[in-house]
Amino acid sequence: MPSTQYLNDLTIQVRRDILRMVHKVNSGHPGGSLGCTEFLVALYNVIMTRKEGFNMDGIGEDLFFLSNGHISPVFYSVLARAGYFPVEELSTFRLIDSRLQGHPTTHEGLPGVRIASGSLGQGMSVAIGAAQAKKLNGDKHLVYSLHGDGELQEGQNWEAIMYASAKKVDNLISVVDLNGQQIDGSTDHVLPMGSIKQKFEAFGWTVVEIEEGNNIVSILEGMSEAKSKTGQGKPVCVLLKTVMGHGVDFMMYTHAWHGKAPNDEQLAVGLSQNPETLGDY
Amino acid sequence: MKTYTYTEKKDTRSGFGAGLAELGRTNPNVVALCADLIGSLKMEKFIEENPERFFQIGIAEANMMGIAAGLTIGGKIPFTGTFANFSTGRVYDQIRQSIAYSGKNVKICASHAGLTLGEDGATHQILEDIGLMKMLPGMTVINTCDYNQTKAATIAIADYEGPVYLRFGRPTVPVFTPADQTFEIGKAIKLTEGTDVTIVATGHLVWEALEASKMLFEKGISAEVINIHTIKPLDETAILESVAKTGSIVTAEEHNIIGGLGESVARVLALHKPMPQEFVGTNDTFGESGTPAQLMEKYGLNAASIVLKAESVIKRK
Repeated sequence: MPSTQYLNDLTIQVRRDILRMVHKVNSGHPGGSLGCTEFLVALYNVIMTRKEGFNMDGIGEDLFFLSNGHISPVFYSVLARAGYFPVEELSTFRLIDSRLQGHPTTHEGLPGVRIASGSLGQGMSVAIGAAQAKKLNGDKHLVYSLHGDGELQEGQNWEAIMYASAKKVDNLISVVDLNGQQIDGSTDHVLPMGSIKQKFEAFGWTVVEIEEGNNIVSILEGMSEAKSKTGQGKPVCVLLKTVMGHGVDFMMYTHAWHGKAPNDEQLAVGLSQNPETLGDY
Repeated sequence: MKTYTYTEKKDTRSGFGAGLAELGRTNPNVVALCADLIGSLKMEKFIEENPERFFQIGIAEANMMGIAAGLTIGGKIPFTGTFANFSTGRVYDQIRQSIAYSGKNVKICASHAGLTLGEDGATHQILEDIGLMKMLPGMTVINTCDYNQTKAATIAIADYEGPVYLRFGRPTVPVFTPADQTFEIGKAIKLTEGTDVTIVATGHLVWEALEASKMLFEKGISAEVINIHTIKPLDETAILESVAKTGSIVTAEEHNIIGGLGESVARVLALHKPMPQEFVGTNDTFGESGTPAQLMEKYGLNAASIVLKAESVIKRK
C-alpha cells in the first residue's frame, strides 16, 4: 500500500492538475473535482483491486463508475496518474480532437472510462448492471460508483436505489459526495432533501458515513468498513462529507466554483496553496 | 406476378419471444430484462429456461436501460423488453448517453409499436420511435413484418456487436416470410418484381403493400414491393436499383411520415436520383383508441391507401 505521504503528495498534485486544466480552457468544473480529490486518489491507489492495463469488460477486477461526470478533471488526473494514459494528455482537456472530453466518454477510447456520464442520474443503474454481470460471471470483485448529492434529485437514482436492495446487489458500493452544493446554491436552498442517510436506509441499504471526506485516513477507514459490509445481502451506500473546492481557500464552502474556471491571478493563488509535489504535466 | 399467401396469423411479438427463447439455449451471454411486461413481450419461455439470466426491473424503464448498459460490461448481451413508447420516448436520454454514445451492445426490443396497439390509445401508441432511434449515431433500427422475420431478426441481432432497436407489434398478422429465411441486417428483401412503381414498406405495412400490389396488378399497374426491415442502415442500393426501373416510389410505415422510413428514402433519392415519392404513414398526429383495423383505416395505413398513393405518384412521373 502506498504511504500516506505519497497519497497526500498525489492529492496535492491532482489539485494542481485540476486547476491548470480548467484554467487553460476557461471552462470545466473545479469545485466538485477538488472536493472529491482525496476520495478518488484513495480509491484508485488503495481501495480498488485493479489489473494492469485497461479492458472494458473489467473481469477479475474492481470497477468504478463516475455518475456525476462533470467532475471529469479529477477523474482524468487520477486516471492518468494511476497509469491509464499519459499524464501529458491532461493538457488536451476539452480541446478539439481530445480524448478528454468535457464530460467522460468511452466514445474517444480513453482508457479507464467505461461509460459516458454527464447527463445526471444514470450511473447507479449502470453500476448495478455491472455488479449483476459480475455475479453472473462468478467474479467476486466489487463495483463502486460516485454520485453528487444534488444529483440525487434525478428520479432515476431512486429507481436504482429501490432495485439494488430489492435484488440484493451486495457487491456494490455507491458513494454520495455530500458537499451540500449545486449550481444554483446550496442543496438546502435549491431542493431540500432531508436526511439522505435515512432515505437510503429506508430503501434497504447499509449506510456508512465518512465525516471527514477530505481526509485520506478517514476515507480509508470508512471505505474499509464499507467493503466489510458487502456480501451481506444489501447494497452499501457511503455518505462522503466533503467541502466543495477543498484545498483552494477562495473556492471552499460555496457553489460559486461549481462550473467556473479561475483567472490567471486566481490560478496563481490556487497553485501557491498546492505546491508542486510529483511534477506537473 | 409473384403472390404471397399465408396459412396462419401470428403476432410479431411472439416471434420475438420465440427468438429470445432460442437464444437462451444457444448463447450463454444473452440476458433479458423486462419492465413488468413479461406476458406482453412473450418472454416467459426464456425466463422459464434461464431464470438466472432474467432481470425483472419493475416499472422503471430508465433504470432498465442503465442496468442493460452495465451488464454489457462483463460481456453480457442484454435484451430489454417493454412497449415501444417506454423503450424510446420515455428513456431517450438514458439510451442516448448510457447506450448509444457509450457504444454498448444493448438490444432494445420494443413491442406494441404504432397504432395497432389499439384500444389503449395515444399514450401508448408511439409513432415517433423510428425517428427517435434512427437519429442516434450508431443505432441500428429494425422493424420486422411478421412472426418469422421477427424471430429471425431477434436471433440475428445477438451476433451483431452494437446497439440495436428492434420494433415489433401486438396484433396477429399474416405469416408469409419463410421460416428458414436468414435475417441479414441492412439487406432489403425484394418481394415482387415490378416496372411502374416501387413500394418500400416496413413492419405491418409490408403485408399491406403486397395486398396493394395485387390490387394494382388488377388495374394494370406493375408494382415492385420491397420489404425494408432495416431502416438504419438503409439498403440504398436496393432502393436505387428498383427506382431506376420504376421511376416512382411509395413508402409505407406505421409511423409518423415526419422522421420515419419515408424521409430516409427521400434523402437517398434527393442525393442520388430525385423523383416523385408519396408517403403512407401518419401525418403529424397522435393516435387514438379503436380496433387496430379501424385505426389503420382511419389513418390511411392499409392496402387501399397504398394503392391510391401509387396511382398518384405514377401520374407525377
